[in-house]
Amino acid sequence: MRSKPISQHFNDFVVERERARCIDCEVCVRQCSYGVHFWDEARKRVEHDSSKCVGCHRCAAMCPTDCLTIRRKPSDFRENALWTPAFIKNIYKQSDTGGVLLSGMGCPSPKPVYWDNMLLDASQVTNPSIDPLREPMELRTFLGGRPDRLVFEETPQGPKLQTEIGPQLQLEYPIMFAAMSFGAINYNLHEAMAKAATELGTFYNTGEGGLHPDLYPYGANTIVQVASGRFGVHKDYLNAGSAVEIKVGQGAKPGIGGHLPGEKIDEEVSRTRMVPKGSDAISPAPHHDIYSIEDLLQLICAIKEATQYRVPVSVKIAAVHNAPAIASGIVRAGADIVVIDGFRGGTGAAPTMIRDNVGIPIELALAAVDDRLRDEGIRNRASIVAAGGVRCSADVVKAIALGADAVYIGTAALIAVGCTLCGRCYTGKCPWGIATNESRLKKRQNPDEAARRLTNLVRAWGHEIQEMLGGMGLNSIESLRGNRDKLRGIGLGDTELDILGIKHAGR
Amino acid sequence: MKAPKDFWKFDKDIAGCGVFGVIDRKRNLIPGTMPIDAMCTMHDRGNGLGGGFAAYGIYPDRADDYAFHIMGDDAAALERAETYLAGLFDVHHAEPIPTRDVLTVKNPPLVRRYFLAPKAVRPQWQHMGESDYVVGAVMHVNTRIPGAFVFSSGKNMGTFKGVGYPEDIADFFRLDEYRAYMWTAHNRFPTNTPGWWGGAHPFTLLDWAIVHNGEISSYGINRRYLCEHDYECTLMTDTEVVAYLLDLMVRKHGLSKRMASWVFAPPFWDEVDRMPEEQRKAFTALRAVYGAALLNGPFAILVTDSRGMMGLNDRVKLRPLVVAEKDTMTFMSSEESSIREVCRDLDRVWAPKAGEPVIVELEA
Amino acid sequence: MADRIIIDADGMPYRELNVRIREAVAAGTQVIDLHGVRGQRFIGNAVEGDVSINILGVPGQDLGAFMRGPHIRVQGNAQDGVGNTMDGGHIVIDGMAGDVLGYAMRDGSILVRGDVGYRVGIHMKSYLDRVPVIVVGGKAGDFLGEYMAGGVIVLLGMDTGKPEAPVAGRSLGTGMHGGVIYIRGEVPEHLLGPGLALSPLDEEDGAALARHVQAYADAFGKDAAEILGASFVKVHPRSHRPYGNMYVGTN
Repeated sequence: MRSKPISQHFNDFVVERERARCIDCEVCVRQCSYGVHFWDEARKRVEHDSSKCVGCHRCAAMCPTDCLTIRRKPSDFRENALWTPAFIKNIYKQSDTGGVLLSGMGCPSPKPVYWDNMLLDASQVTNPSIDPLREPMELRTFLGGRPDRLVFEETPQGPKLQTEIGPQLQLEYPIMFAAMSFGAINYNLHEAMAKAATELGTFYNTGEGGLHPDLYPYGANTIVQVASGRFGVHKDYLNAGSAVEIKVGQGAKPGIGGHLPGEKIDEEVSRTRMVPKGSDAISPAPHHDIYSIEDLLQLICAIKEATQYRVPVSVKIAAVHNAPAIASGIVRAGADIVVIDGFRGGTGAAPTMIRDNVGIPIELALAAVDDRLRDEGIRNRASIVAAGGVRCSADVVKAIALGADAVYIGTAALIAVGCTLCGRCYTGKCPWGIATNESRLKKRQNPDEAARRLTNLVRAWGHEIQEMLGGMGLNSIESLRGNRDKLRGIGLGDTELDILGIKHAGR
Repeated sequence: MKAPKDFWKFDKDIAGCGVFGVIDRKRNLIPGTMPIDAMCTMHDRGNGLGGGFAAYGIYPDRADDYAFHIMGDDAAALERAETYLAGLFDVHHAEPIPTRDVLTVKNPPLVRRYFLAPKAVRPQWQHMGESDYVVGAVMHVNTRIPGAFVFSSGKNMGTFKGVGYPEDIADFFRLDEYRAYMWTAHNRFPTNTPGWWGGAHPFTLLDWAIVHNGEISSYGINRRYLCEHDYECTLMTDTEVVAYLLDLMVRKHGLSKRMASWVFAPPFWDEVDRMPEEQRKAFTALRAVYGAALLNGPFAILVTDSRGMMGLNDRVKLRPLVVAEKDTMTFMSSEESSIREVCRDLDRVWAPKAGEPVIVELEA
Repeated sequence: MADRIIIDADGMPYRELNVRIREAVAAGTQVIDLHGVRGQRFIGNAVEGDVSINILGVPGQDLGAFMRGPHIRVQGNAQDGVGNTMDGGHIVIDGMAGDVLGYAMRDGSILVRGDVGYRVGIHMKSYLDRVPVIVVGGKAGDFLGEYMAGGVIVLLGMDTGKPEAPVAGRSLGTGMHGGVIYIRGEVPEHLLGPGLALSPLDEEDGAALARHVQAYADAFGKDAAEILGASFVKVHPRSHRPYGNMYVGTN
């Protein structure tokens, strides 16, 4: 039917159409952005080319007669524990094209997920558990640097604070929306996150693509990011948000910069980022004004000067081997918040080899950084935010018990608005209207509906966190933060338990 | 300080209990029989595996010396402790703590008391304040000298505690022979570490003595926070953190006891949101900075130091506490009946509000 | 068989005291006076029948727990756990009482002259004509009527040792899904638990309230008219199933 090298016949998915139910309405033809479904003039019916299917499930979700199923194409290769089909197919692709493998979304490979190897405590008898629906349960969280002690004047009206304390972000939930750049995802999602963050009393992060002028009114719930490409960075931008985040690294691709393929640069993105339409927007690997730790101090101070010390400055790093030492340096360089992004973090586009092999799990990095900052007596100077593979409220609770002040959710937020993790974000053809800037696709995301879904997600997680806290006999999240004793490991070795600082279940 | 190796591998006991305290504001001396009789009424709040008393004003002739009470597994352990302390302090007097044999108090450790003053010429820690010097010595004995524990280290006060019902411990230590202007007492129901004398209440450091009814569910982070501030928790009981947190916040950071009680039991955020601007800022900052010192879980604590007594409940009052006054005396107890046992007729009886301390100061 | 006996409880361990009380009840004694009570627990525990027990002193924890029928009068303050899971009978406390009073009460009444502590009237239940009642002459602490499923609580705020405090604490009626709480005077709305409403009393309420206030007045020699001569408000749940929409099924 079509001539292709044999190496390109090993597609990942097959579309199965129940012929008896198909009414040839062509919804799937319109909904699929990868050209899988088409009207076959000769046979006068809808046909499909499974070799183009990326497994995004849009057609199956939209089909009015529910006649489509997307199945994994069973592997045609002999079982081989070393040469799994993915490795084989990647070599075919590279030898066909000479290209660097590119992926979207976070590392999928079966490396240990430590969240699944930690269990939580509950109180019984010796300590009552607390019912969060009926008794007070406090999740309010503050992010920012603080002194070790405070001085008060006690008056008949109550205490008055004498110590100056730096600017703080106030979060009603310990959950924020992660940095996903304007360009990697489109304006509708940014508007949705801005609205949801405002409704919930938390924050969203602009990512490295700048801030669209229409979103300035949400500044009270916005964290603006300054990455190495400095897209959209000017003094109004710096002063538009409630915090400024210097992106030094990202969990999905430690050591390399951001990459927005030309396909995704439309008029709006071109305007906000100030780069030509259709050309790739590259963020360099390092900030070219940060080659040593003292340079970071200089940039942090520069930003504080530019914002007149009104807002906290955050520094985001990828979780790598030396994360504790780097984090310590960052705190001593004056950062008010340290964000650690684990190797499972999502991305719109990253070289596959880097995504799957560089960086370490957030659980271990978080525990190690929290320990290091406490051992050095500087834990109070900056808040820690953990990111990279937080999938549910139990993960959030475990992250806080390991020492995080709050978490960022990226992938979870996109799933909330329809993402099916097909991982083709770099094509700019996201049929869910998320990771695309094509006008016919991006209108598939209604900002108000998306905001409602994001708000639902965080509220639901908030309730669950309260239930888990109450179960542990806590009525305030400060008492969970860094309280490793609430965790037990299961199926973990001694070294892992030691790094996490937790005992094994049963002890 | 850096967390020592295997910091996370700890065992902690869980205990239910009963507490009692009495203070005479004008420093009239109260015989030991009063707290003993009060504790007898609350016999059922314990299980015989822990009892203890703190008494203030019992060493008037050596009121300027630090009175160290030390328990040792054997004579060698005590000797190790003594040698160490003699290096840092002038030992003005040392003697066994007088005890009697009590059938139900089995295998007691050796107990000795030492009246010490820091050497004028110090062999180490020359830069430290005197209190930190004493705390350093206590921490050293408790963590690095095997078999020996300092269980009291204040001036003109002492703690007497061990494994047994409080009335039996009182009998063992001959507390009926003592008179003090301030007493606290405790009856313990431990589940994890029976037989460990150091685990009984009161917990002390310098002049602080704490008795505690309840369980601290925030212990893991309280303990870690204290480690950051150079306090090592060794006594496997959550009450230990209360003593050290008070020493940190009140003695070192200069917070008043009232402010410290707001760290332990802060107002809820919805109450803070309704406060005037100045107070809102103050309470928000207090929680933001001292969140790791919040005591979560049920508690009723009685805190005594050389200035007086404070009683405090957790902010949803999960444990009982009753306060009563009669002439110059104030009583605080888990049960009113224990107060009535030793003082039939009371001027005033009330239950304090959750999270609100009752602070009684000794008159100068 | 005596109609009335006196037991001197001074220094008597509670187990012995409770054995003596049960023996007296079994022998048909109608009135038992206990003198010198100080902290003895479980007095009246699971005692059934129409016997009167008068207590001079401060009874210990769980007075009248699981009780079904007796009349207990305390001349003095009571401690925690009064009327715990009480199944009927009447307890009158001429003083103040502690925490967790009337927990899971199923019938009968508890009248307290003065203040009560925290968590009073948790999960009271009622069924047809079995309606438990608690009347408090003073003020209450937090969590009054938590999880209430039936029954009546009357809170007067009058005979109190806490003149500055509001009549009840926070989380008032939290989790209430049945029953009613009548409160004399002003109730700051921010004290109410979630999903609750404050309303004026209707005729049926008024009649019930008058009965309960009269019982209180009779027990402590107070003036019922004076008590009823102020405005009352009632606390009740807005829904019987406030959390029905909170959950979504999964596997």
